[in-house]
Amino acid sequence: MATPVKVYGPPMSTAVSRVLACLLEKDVNFQLIPVDMSKGEHKKPDYLKIQPFGQVPSFQDESISLFESRAICRYVLEKYANQGNKRLYSTNPLEKASIEQWVEAEGQSFNPPSSALVFQLAFAPRMKLKQDMGVIKQSEEKLNKVLDVYEQRLGESRFLAGDEFTLADLSHLPNTQYLVSVTDKGEMFTKRKNVGRWWSEISGRDSWKKVVDLQKPQPPKSA
Amino acid sequence: MVMKVYGPVRAACPQRVLACLLEKGVEFEVVHVDLDSGEHKRPDFLLRHFIFLQEPFGQVPVIEDGDFRLFESRAIIRYIAVKYEEQGPNLLGKSLEEKAVVDQWLEVEAHNFNELVFTMVMQLVILPRMCEQGDLALVDACERKLEKVFDVYEQRLSKSRYLAGDSFTLADLSHLPATRYLVNEAGMRHLVVERKSVNAWWEDISNRAAWKKVMELAS
Repeated sequence: MATPVKVYGPPMSTAVSRVLACLLEKDVNFQLIPVDMSKGEHKKPDYLKIQPFGQVPSFQDESISLFESRAICRYVLEKYANQGNKRLYSTNPLEKASIEQWVEAEGQSFNPPSSALVFQLAFAPRMKLKQDMGVIKQSEEKLNKVLDVYEQRLGESRFLAGDEFTLADLSHLPNTQYLVSVTDKGEMFTKRKNVGRWWSEISGRDSWKKVVDLQKPQPPKSA
Repeated sequence: MVMKVYGPVRAACPQRVLACLLEKGVEFEVVHVDLDSGEHKRPDFLLRHFIFLQEPFGQVPVIEDGDFRLFESRAIIRYIAVKYEEQGPNLLGKSLEEKAVVDQWLEVEAHNFNELVFTMVMQLVILPRMCEQGDLALVDACERKLEKVFDVYEQRLSKSRYLAGDSFTLADLSHLPATRYLVNEAGMRHLVVERKSVNAWWEDISNRAAWKKVMELAS
């Protein structure tokens, strides 16, 4: 049996959960190594050696040490192309490029406003930080415009890049999960017919349900 | 059929695509789009150039390669680098691991670098051009964050000639348009020149023949 790959970071981090979703879809065994961000572990020299920006996740297997969640996902999809869900990516160059287009749309258009909302509405209260109402309002406006585009796209196509669930859809799971389950902004997704349908479908996948489980506070391990 | 690139040559994202096409020696045609006029979002423009119906965010660039259309500049450069892998310099890396490291630094540009530079350029250059006041406190905050990012780049580039290793790749290329704005119009040259390895890297990549051709097209 292959040595489990290592993923560093807390599962509640959106970027970490993106990688976990991918590993679970591909049936790749992994070891989740905790990084206590409340104690600043991610900014300490030992961690900075593997992720110089002091961010999570980072990833290691027998061949490589890597960071940036979307780069880790692509590496996993290429390396484990022959196992697990083989339709997350494509060997056809045009299909692959279309998937990449929507992964970039997620990274460049969806992530900034959704990520800001997740921080302001889900994390800031937990960290006892003051919320910035201006940022919340602006982010909501931007995200609404992005979701209008998605509503149109998902009226033409079952998933973002076509008929199959791919990396492009997977990439959207982490931020949307928080917005729908712990904030009052879930309506932005559920009130839109096609986006709502899509969200229901992608979040209902077994792999994502397992990630959501991992994000719950784990019971203390017995001695 | 020649690849078409839709977008103004002066904008950063189309420049990313043009740099890639020129590096790989791929023939292309630029279809100029005037972003300032909002022309690309008008219905009659959309009908004449229905390609923009394919670019749902109303952004540039979009490419048209035969019947195939693609948006998002970083997806486009990946597509070009793969399609023309056998010609021009290898911009992707060779092994699976090398490709992953290139991808990693391309993601760093997309997520740790781009937004900071874009915000600074918006506040220092674009808003003043539109006779609006830039937010200097925001510029200051971005500058401090960018200093830290460049410190990481300095550390990296002191060990490695280019971001992903010994060769110029998409990871370096992707930095060209925004960094050029940063050191020129935004007046932030000190961020680069104060760092020995970053400075050497910038001198190297900004003097590549392909990038100089992009600058000629944009002038």
